[in-house]
Amino acid sequence: MLKIENLHVYFGGIHALKGINFDVPEGKIITLIGANGAGKSTTLRTICSLVKARNGKIKLKDEEITNIAPELIVKRGVALIPEGRKIFPNLTVRENLEIGAFIRSDREGITKDREWVCELFPRLKERLWQKGGTLSGGEQQMLAVARGLMSRPKLLMLDEPSLGLAPLLVKEIFEIIQRIHEEGITVLLVEQNAFAALKIADYAYVLETGRVVLQGTGQELLGNDQVKKAYLGE
Amino acid sequence: MGKKKEARYTILALIALAILVYFAQNNLDDYKLRILNISAIYVTLGVSLNLIFGFTGQFSLGHAGFMAIGAYVTTLLVLPPWYKEMIFIIKPLIWPFTIIQAPFLIALIISGIFAAGAALLIGLPVLRLKGDYLGIATLGFAEIIRIIANNIPQVTNGALGIKGIPEFTNLYWSVGVAIFTIYIVRGLISSSYGRALMAIRENEIAAEAIGVNLTYHKVMSFTLSAFFAGVAGGLFACLISTIDPKAFMFTMSYNILLVVVLGGMGSITGTVLAAFFYNFFLEYLRSVEAGFSIGPLTIPEIPGLRMVTFSILLLLVIIFRQQGLLGGWEFSWSRLINIIKKIFFHQRATEGGNG
Repeated sequence: MLKIENLHVYFGGIHALKGINFDVPEGKIITLIGANGAGKSTTLRTICSLVKARNGKIKLKDEEITNIAPELIVKRGVALIPEGRKIFPNLTVRENLEIGAFIRSDREGITKDREWVCELFPRLKERLWQKGGTLSGGEQQMLAVARGLMSRPKLLMLDEPSLGLAPLLVKEIFEIIQRIHEEGITVLLVEQNAFAALKIADYAYVLETGRVVLQGTGQELLGNDQVKKAYLGE
Repeated sequence: MGKKKEARYTILALIALAILVYFAQNNLDDYKLRILNISAIYVTLGVSLNLIFGFTGQFSLGHAGFMAIGAYVTTLLVLPPWYKEMIFIIKPLIWPFTIIQAPFLIALIISGIFAAGAALLIGLPVLRLKGDYLGIATLGFAEIIRIIANNIPQVTNGALGIKGIPEFTNLYWSVGVAIFTIYIVRGLISSSYGRALMAIRENEIAAEAIGVNLTYHKVMSFTLSAFFAGVAGGLFACLISTIDPKAFMFTMSYNILLVVVLGGMGSITGTVLAAFFYNFFLEYLRSVEAGFSIGPLTIPEIPGLRMVTFSILLLLVIIFRQQGLLGGWEFSWSRLINIIKKIFFHQRATEGGNG
């Protein structure tokens, strides 16, 4: 579905991504893991065109989408849940969800999808009239995911969804990611919580200072000594 | 309460307002009319600034500049050619202003378009800035407009200003334009376009990730805001009948900002109330300046004391009610009826205990 070829990104003089290649096949959960500063978030932001690529190609279903306007990428069915739960704190949960469907104009479909995400996240349903900023951290993360789903994406990209959440909530978020995947949405997941991510991933890539250094199925990497040492703390 | 009923109440209220305006225009003296007119113009200015600052979250201090553009364009269009020839004594007026004259309404619309055009030009580069930096850049723009006005006497008559502008602005115009502005901005805010603006205010990165085109929405909001500021500038010129560059100092932008902050950012209702409150109260405080005595203490006449008093009041608002008088609260008939019901309910409950 998504194909990244030889992607180079610079921030001023800093070479952040040094020729990354990877594939996200349709209907799979793919994860990128790696330490801070490895380039995981940059990769996602470049796919969304929030950061421009200097070199290389990003192809969505064989069509090149490198550096086109961000809203066109959302229209093609790619949604990014940004790092750190960037919800709209002064708007109600309902308004947050409605803005999530900004690029759509089918009223009925939007209403239906709002019911669908409320079913996925029953806790949001109880809080539809509450302001986003008054939700707890976990609820805000759920709202961020729900808002992303409101654009009806075919590819959902999550940037560190477990960041700063209690272990129980992390488990819940990962269960929800699996449920979303079961609904037929392809997932590209960026995580520092390598263990949890590898457990649900079909295929994984390990990033180190802007390069893919290792790849394999989730199970393979869970058993890999290098990964164990560097990311799983064994 | 349904949308239809809300609309019906609104139409009734507008008719009542029209009757009120009619009586005010015909019965009040010039002094009171002036205050009411200025207040209504402040409503237009405040609501338009609220669009870019309160709803879109872009800190703009350029309103005085857009007003100045509107004021000069209106003035040059409504004055008859022979009169313009007479008053431009430093340097003769340039073509095409020497020959054209337009009716007030057309002049106002053209003023708005000129202000909007200026906003479009400076908005594209400047709206990339955020927060304080944007404030400084827009403030700089307003000052540039003022200084240009000072230095092109062939268009603006320089520091002498233009006098004897026909006083077209009456309550029908000022209130009419204010209502039109509220109608447009309110309609915009409740559309999906308005949601995009609020998304930008709340979080630019998230808004962009959702598919909101930041540049387009910011520039459009800024341009529309400037359009109304330009129209208000035209009304202002034809109210006070004389303009010069000094009338559009940064204090003007500051006053409008004050009205928006006082009323509550993101509340049109708050802006309307604050615009009237600000102008009424400032007039009321004139009595403070005349000198007064509290018991044995006699305070002499001190010019400018009313601004000091007002600043103290503003400080208190900022300290105790940061979100402004109304916060993000917006008026609707159903909310008003709910409040009345609550009071009524309460009274009945204390009387009989049933209900």
